[in-house]
Amino acid sequence: MADPQHTQTSSQAGWIGLVPAVLSLALFAAFASQLPAIAAGDVQRLVWEWVPALGISLSFLLDGLSLTFALLISGIGGMVFLYANTYLAGHPQLTRFMLFLTGFMLAMLGLVLADNLIALFVFWELTTITSYLLIGFGHATENGRRSALQALFVTGAGALALLAGFILLGITAGTFEISALMAQGDTLRAHALYLPILILIIAGTFTKSAQFPFHFWLPNAMAAPTPVSAFLHSATMVKAGVYLMARLYPTLSGTDVWFWTLTIAGAFTALFASVLALRQTDLKQALAYTTLMALGTLTLFLGQSSSYAITGFVTFLVVHSLYKAALFLVVGCIDHATGSRDAETLGGLGRAMPVTAAAAALAALSMAGLPPFLGFIGKELLYAGILALDAKVLIFAAALIASNVLMFAVAGIVALRPFWGRAHGVPPRAPTEAPLFMLIGPVILGALGLMLGLFPAGLQTALVDPAVASLLGQDTKAKTLTLWHGVNLPLILSGATIAAGVMLYLTHRPARAALVWLDDRTPSFDAGWDRFLKGLKALAAWQTRYLQTGVLRNYIAATLATVLVAIAGTMFARNAWPQMPDISDASWPLIAICLFTCAGAVMTALTSSRIAAMAALGVVGIGVALVFIVFSAPDVAITQLLVETLVVVLVAVALLRLPLLDQNGRDTRPRDAALAIGLGATVTAVILAVLEAPLDRRLTSFFETASWPEAFGRNIVNVILVDFRALDTFGEIAVVVIAALSAYALLRATSPAPNTPPRDTPTRQIATPSRAERSNS
Amino acid sequence: MNSIILQVGTRYLAGILILFSLYMLLRGHNEPGGGFIGGLIGSTGFILYALACGTAQARAALHIMPQNIAVAGLGIALLAGIAAALFGDALFTGQWLFLNATEDSKGLPLSTVLIFDIGVYLVVFGAILSIVFAMEEEI
Repeated sequence: MADPQHTQTSSQAGWIGLVPAVLSLALFAAFASQLPAIAAGDVQRLVWEWVPALGISLSFLLDGLSLTFALLISGIGGMVFLYANTYLAGHPQLTRFMLFLTGFMLAMLGLVLADNLIALFVFWELTTITSYLLIGFGHATENGRRSALQALFVTGAGALALLAGFILLGITAGTFEISALMAQGDTLRAHALYLPILILIIAGTFTKSAQFPFHFWLPNAMAAPTPVSAFLHSATMVKAGVYLMARLYPTLSGTDVWFWTLTIAGAFTALFASVLALRQTDLKQALAYTTLMALGTLTLFLGQSSSYAITGFVTFLVVHSLYKAALFLVVGCIDHATGSRDAETLGGLGRAMPVTAAAAALAALSMAGLPPFLGFIGKELLYAGILALDAKVLIFAAALIASNVLMFAVAGIVALRPFWGRAHGVPPRAPTEAPLFMLIGPVILGALGLMLGLFPAGLQTALVDPAVASLLGQDTKAKTLTLWHGVNLPLILSGATIAAGVMLYLTHRPARAALVWLDDRTPSFDAGWDRFLKGLKALAAWQTRYLQTGVLRNYIAATLATVLVAIAGTMFARNAWPQMPDISDASWPLIAICLFTCAGAVMTALTSSRIAAMAALGVVGIGVALVFIVFSAPDVAITQLLVETLVVVLVAVALLRLPLLDQNGRDTRPRDAALAIGLGATVTAVILAVLEAPLDRRLTSFFETASWPEAFGRNIVNVILVDFRALDTFGEIAVVVIAALSAYALLRATSPAPNTPPRDTPTRQIATPSRAERSNS
Repeated sequence: MNSIILQVGTRYLAGILILFSLYMLLRGHNEPGGGFIGGLIGSTGFILYALACGTAQARAALHIMPQNIAVAGLGIALLAGIAAALFGDALFTGQWLFLNATEDSKGLPLSTVLIFDIGVYLVVFGAILSIVFAMEEEI
């Protein structure tokens, strides 16, 4: 699991990572400059037409919610870039890493700013792909590859459902613009398709935001280098699902299905994940599970409709992004300095790494929800929000409090013990303080948690009020963020949480042992995933064996049967059978040619000799050419004859290696004959039906009159080919070239005898030395 | 195929076929023929030669790899199409030049259309030969 970095040159940071850092900080400044306008209730839109025919435009929307996310992404992004530049310094693929991470950040910004469902989906998938590349950055390890693929599969499968949901939603509402959808909430909620839309969209957001039972990919995604975990799997990408639910909150929320789905999934994920977080001994894994807990909490609160709950949602979103990114970066510092992330052995690092320890303490205190940190305000609001629920569903309040107690304990384990606890082992390297650029991020993020906790009014007017307005509308006011609400139930619950958390922290070692015992005896989702993949592969192998027989005639039979069923079925369903045409005026040469051609076809089917079959097939071809001559199309006839000749040559060459006819047992010719007769009859019927419609001769007469005066040619076929329709011809000859090159490559690739001397290009072999001599002289 | 009659006959026949293919190419604008048919006939000449004397000899007689001929033909056709743009017309519009034109005769007509047709000829010729040669060598 260790990141593939820590080369001895890691003290020298390059400049390559500073480019994206500057870019994201510039973006941050640009977004921050919009703060006053958004706080004043302004909403900005920016539209480019993309596919106007389908109602798809590249439109962007900047309101309180998207601005909050944009600031978090660009701000945390800037610090992560700075951090990564030092953390991965000397890594041979640092540039690639920075490129992936920059691509991810831009995709994520596009996602939170997009105002069009389809554009949003494109950005959504871009984050999936870049995240796949980032998780699999250490692709040399089996675990890295597996984790990346797992994340891709789970989120990708969800995204397919999401796309279907978006399309349904767009068609139902008649628009793909999210800002227009917000106004249609009431009609949509009453619509018959509401439930399918909701299920499909929820499937997408739950997989992306790792809600139970799709949670298992997120802890595995920690195979990525630590800056990736800090950026993607705490602050941004996993929150994309939460963002989308919040974005569609005005459109879809408020129904019973919405409430129960989000509340149950969120509460269960939060509790389940925080229990598992306590079980982890790897600091990064512990943080991964607390991220799951945070995502569950956010989902839980999106299920609610009270103003307290939504204010709590927005505040906790900001709180969590700040402290979680800081803690991940701190764990990266520990890993970088000591080469270990093991909570069991690490201890006493505070003396050697005082600044890291301070940053960790700031972040952890916010995470534990102690006053006067922003985390405390967030937790108070969450408690107030859950208490606003009906008394019958207090079980959710219990789940929330329990998971907060566990979070308190995990905060101590991650950020207190490694620095101030007693060491139980010796890390691989002696600890030293992290370099400056790796400290900037955690210190600023940690300090922000304290600053915003002390002075919450700025955050309130700048972000929380506009974001709450994005969800609940302009009429509902957000609740006030303050450290002191007076003595009330949330405050009492906070006190109880802290007391229970301290108790749990002190007894976490035996508790962990019990959890490990329990965890080993319950089925693991991760193993279930492996079994699922194995089953899928077995299914694929089975159906491939069944369908892909490797016998050419079976493939042809399947193809022709499909064509037969499709065409004949359509004609049957539409009752489009043609009349028998009047053939009384057919001339005797034509009838003779037809009989001649038919005889060739019958002979081809009946003979048991390949040579005879080939010759009989040639008869068919020549018969067709004769038909062209009778109807005075000499060019087509000549081409047909020449192609027939070439086919004979090609088949003759191939014949030398083919086995005799029908040597592999079963005679399938009755089946083939039936198929051939059926298809032939159907195609004849189609042609007759086409001929029944009056022929439009406008094009023909145009070519007849224009060929000589405009194109100076009397051979209309050729004039069409090289002049009137030259672009088409160009496309065709391009296809011919591609086909020839592919056939050549295929023939060469399957060459059976590599030890035979090369027989081709003798001219080249002579030419090469002479050219070399010339250049020498 | 080791037949002396075929080998000797092919030497003349192949040459005539190539010549005939050029004739078909050039007359194509007014009479049956053109680049497509010309290319087919020309390749038949070389295929015959390859059947009689072996692919190695046919390749040596051709001097250039057939794939290169096909790709060059595609390039020539493209250039002929682009040339129209240089004269201010839409792509692939034919451009004509009548040398020594008089009142009742058009003289010698030269055009980008002919160049385009030559490109088609080379594509068909090269594509067929690359497939046939490769098949004969590999099978």
